[in-house]
Amino acid sequence: MNHTPRLKFGIVVFPGSNCDHDAHHVAGTILQQDARFIWHKDGSLGDVDVVILPGGFSYGDYLRCGAIARFSPIMKDVVHFANNGGTVLGICNGFQILTEAGLLPGVLLRNASLKFVCTYVRVRVENEDTRFTSKARRGEVLEIPIAHGDGNYFVESDSLKRLEDKRQIVFRYCDEAGRISEAANPNGAVSNIAGVINETGNVLGMMPHPERASDPALGHTDGRKIFDSVVESLIQQLVLT
Amino acid sequence: MKHVEPVVDINLALQHGLTEEEYERILTILCRTPTYTELGIYSVMWSEHCSYKNSIALLKTLPRSGGKLLVSAGEENAGLVDIGDGLAVAFKIESHNHPSAVEPYQGAATGVGGILRDIFSMGARPIALLNSLRFGKLEDQRSQYLFKRVVKGIADYGNSFGVPTVAGEVYFEGCYQDNPLVNAMAVGIVEHAKVARAVAKESGNSVMLIGSSTGRDGIHGATFASEEISEESESRRPSVQVGDPFVEKLLLEATLEAVQTGYIVGVQDMGAAGITCSTTEMSAKGDSGMKIDLDRVPLRETGMSAYEIMLSESQERMLFIVKKGHERDVRIIFDKWDLHAVVIGEVQEGRLVEVFYEGEKVASVPARSLVLGGDAPVYTREAKEPRYLQEVRAYDVRSLSEPHDYNDMLLKILGSPTIASKRWVFQQYDTMVRTNTVVNAGQDAAVVRIKGTKKALGMKTDCNSRFVYLNPRRGAQIAVAEAARNVACVGARPIAITNCLNFGNPYDPEVYWQFRESVLGIGEACRSLGTPVTGGNVSFYNEGPNAAIFPTPVIGMLGLLEDVDLTTSSAFKAPGDVVLLLGYDKYEIGGSEYLCMRTGKVLGDAPEINLEAEKRLQDLCLALIGNRLINSAHDVSEGGLSVALVESIIGAGEGLGVEIHLSKDPGMRPDFQLFSEGQSRIIVSAHPDNVKRILTMAAERKIPAMKIGSVNETDVIKIASWIELERSMMSREYEEAIGRAIGDTHVTVR
Repeated sequence: MNHTPRLKFGIVVFPGSNCDHDAHHVAGTILQQDARFIWHKDGSLGDVDVVILPGGFSYGDYLRCGAIARFSPIMKDVVHFANNGGTVLGICNGFQILTEAGLLPGVLLRNASLKFVCTYVRVRVENEDTRFTSKARRGEVLEIPIAHGDGNYFVESDSLKRLEDKRQIVFRYCDEAGRISEAANPNGAVSNIAGVINETGNVLGMMPHPERASDPALGHTDGRKIFDSVVESLIQQLVLT
Repeated sequence: MKHVEPVVDINLALQHGLTEEEYERILTILCRTPTYTELGIYSVMWSEHCSYKNSIALLKTLPRSGGKLLVSAGEENAGLVDIGDGLAVAFKIESHNHPSAVEPYQGAATGVGGILRDIFSMGARPIALLNSLRFGKLEDQRSQYLFKRVVKGIADYGNSFGVPTVAGEVYFEGCYQDNPLVNAMAVGIVEHAKVARAVAKESGNSVMLIGSSTGRDGIHGATFASEEISEESESRRPSVQVGDPFVEKLLLEATLEAVQTGYIVGVQDMGAAGITCSTTEMSAKGDSGMKIDLDRVPLRETGMSAYEIMLSESQERMLFIVKKGHERDVRIIFDKWDLHAVVIGEVQEGRLVEVFYEGEKVASVPARSLVLGGDAPVYTREAKEPRYLQEVRAYDVRSLSEPHDYNDMLLKILGSPTIASKRWVFQQYDTMVRTNTVVNAGQDAAVVRIKGTKKALGMKTDCNSRFVYLNPRRGAQIAVAEAARNVACVGARPIAITNCLNFGNPYDPEVYWQFRESVLGIGEACRSLGTPVTGGNVSFYNEGPNAAIFPTPVIGMLGLLEDVDLTTSSAFKAPGDVVLLLGYDKYEIGGSEYLCMRTGKVLGDAPEINLEAEKRLQDLCLALIGNRLINSAHDVSEGGLSVALVESIIGAGEGLGVEIHLSKDPGMRPDFQLFSEGQSRIIVSAHPDNVKRILTMAAERKIPAMKIGSVNETDVIKIASWIELERSMMSREYEEAIGRAIGDTHVTVR
């Protein structure tokens, strides 16, 4: 028997998560991998290869986006998993939770427009040497939707420099031609940052929703590059080990 | 400390909005003077909002069953329509006009929350939200404030809850200045076998209160909804409920999980009149009694009286009837979601709802005496044709001079906030969450697919109230026809409607006449188009200190696509495609945006509509889409043919333009040809090879079809010798008008 191994995706469900089913649909139905929900009150992630912290409004985003979710029981194991090299993808509210939990640098402030914004945007791939972007080219422009009120990424200039030096900026908002401009920045993020990765390259947070641009039935599939990259990179690792 | 209740007499009853006659009726039913709590109960249950006392007689003339309906209108929390594969759609529209007039943010937010609960209390998972909004002109500061806050309220609630807001409409008209309209619609999916009913049955079963604790918010909200907006309305601000979408999201997940257990006998949302309405309506439907102990209700404030607890409209609460002995099984689920689930009473023999508090019986009322279909009053009011009709219809359209510059005229119309792109609005809504949105806001209708099937739903709300104002009967027919036409243009077969009837004070004979005519018009159109009415909502007393609103019967249309791949949009697709106009044109400009812009008034008569021809036109459109003969379809509505063409180009994105030759009636005035809002017209585009077949199929259905031009690569719209405009100019007017009008240009246009 020679099956291609399947990855086990664990999608954490916080109270108020609302993109959990969307992530599950992509991992399970579109990518044909194993996908399961993990309840935030669980003490352990169990046997998983990839953890997704999905979008939504965990705990209603009442104190500050992600600020309460980071204290959910499951987060202890998410931090442990990440510190041991486990693959973690935080999308939108998931990105906010990762910054609150200290797994990624920076904070996500209120959009400069002070309004929630849901629309397709373009992001440029700044670093293709990650397990999340290996199937994309450097400088490639991806069309992926955003849907957030607090996506205005901010780090101080020293940290920004460090992020740039270590190639931790993975996506930047850009125009059709891949130019980084203020007009192409939907939320005021510093340096047009749409997604960052940790120093060890196993934890990615991004405001755009790749799971919303992965199903051909909805007309856009650029987001799938990110999931396909994860699957290919990790399966290679599994086969090698 | 015990509560001392006020002495009940006729004066107190009148203060509660009851009439003398209604108070007498209560005395007869109870054979005694009601307690203060009972008076509160009768006053809310017999309020217009809960009892439909001035509308139900007419609503019964609507086609309310048959077709694919699984329950008749008014029977459950929302309508239920079969779509095959063992699935049903629950959908409903409701108003939250009065709360939104005094507290726009919470008013709109709780409007969304209320309609969502109506859907998931049936066991259905909500899959889409729509809304239909009307405000005064944007030059008015308060209208700007109401508009911005209503949109934010809807956005914050729907976005957090996690259901996409996919379609709707926004109008700006002077008559809504003091009394904006905020109508919210929700659509959900449920397996036939999992439908939860709003019924209390079998004595001994437990009555459980689920969700938020009860406070003093929203007391007499239903009564407030049943009176006109006035100077004093500001003082009603405490009657507006406060919403918590996070708790509602938990309530949704927990409710659906609980329904799966099979231990749930009945579920009802607590909206208007809170515990009062849910306990009495469920008892009346199940023909049973109920015993309620208010001491067990979790309160968020101290010192609340029985009257206050019974009438509180605190949000995010539901009433469950749970099989005896399984309360713990249900509580475990709600514990998981950190929600209250408390037994507050039980179903009992007989027909009395008995309420106890602090060791005393504070109310004992026959459930049936309170509800619609029971002893709640039913009135048919005096109707009189309004005086204004003769005046507005006397206007002679020929007296209007022709404009000098048609380019300029078209740009002005595109920049009218009612016509312009609503991107500033819908970009604040999460239109995509749950990854089912195939056709998004800004099109004729939205299309939402159903995962695990080939099917999708088309949905839209519609009402051009200018037409209803000019001709209530015909205007209401047009509202139904246009909603159906919009849904047909995306490829969905219209199957049923829900309606939200927004009118003035029904005790004014002229308003009641508008109401009667409109309901008759809706009935006629629904019968012709085969779309029964699944239910909805009546909102009377929409009047400011100056005058009533235009009669506004908003139609929420549901359509079914058997194959999601057939989904069609309004945007032109390819250069070389032929543009055809399907349908009739009588060059009617009565009530049009153009005429209103030129005269500053709503004048003339509503356009004619032949419902039988309308049906054939929609069948033709669906047949063309079904045979994959057309690449786009777009309904001609506000702004007329010229605006419809502009929308099809703007939607196409850069690189496409269109050249139109209007040749059928060369003698007809250009302005009438360009801006007529005549009914039953659809613009389609098609590959040249398909044109012959399209014309044949149209002829078979006796629908006029005419080649009027073709799509090209010019980025320009050219119509005869009258109009020639660059995309960038049109797009600027169309996309930026609303932001400009309210001083906020933060909109991402791509």
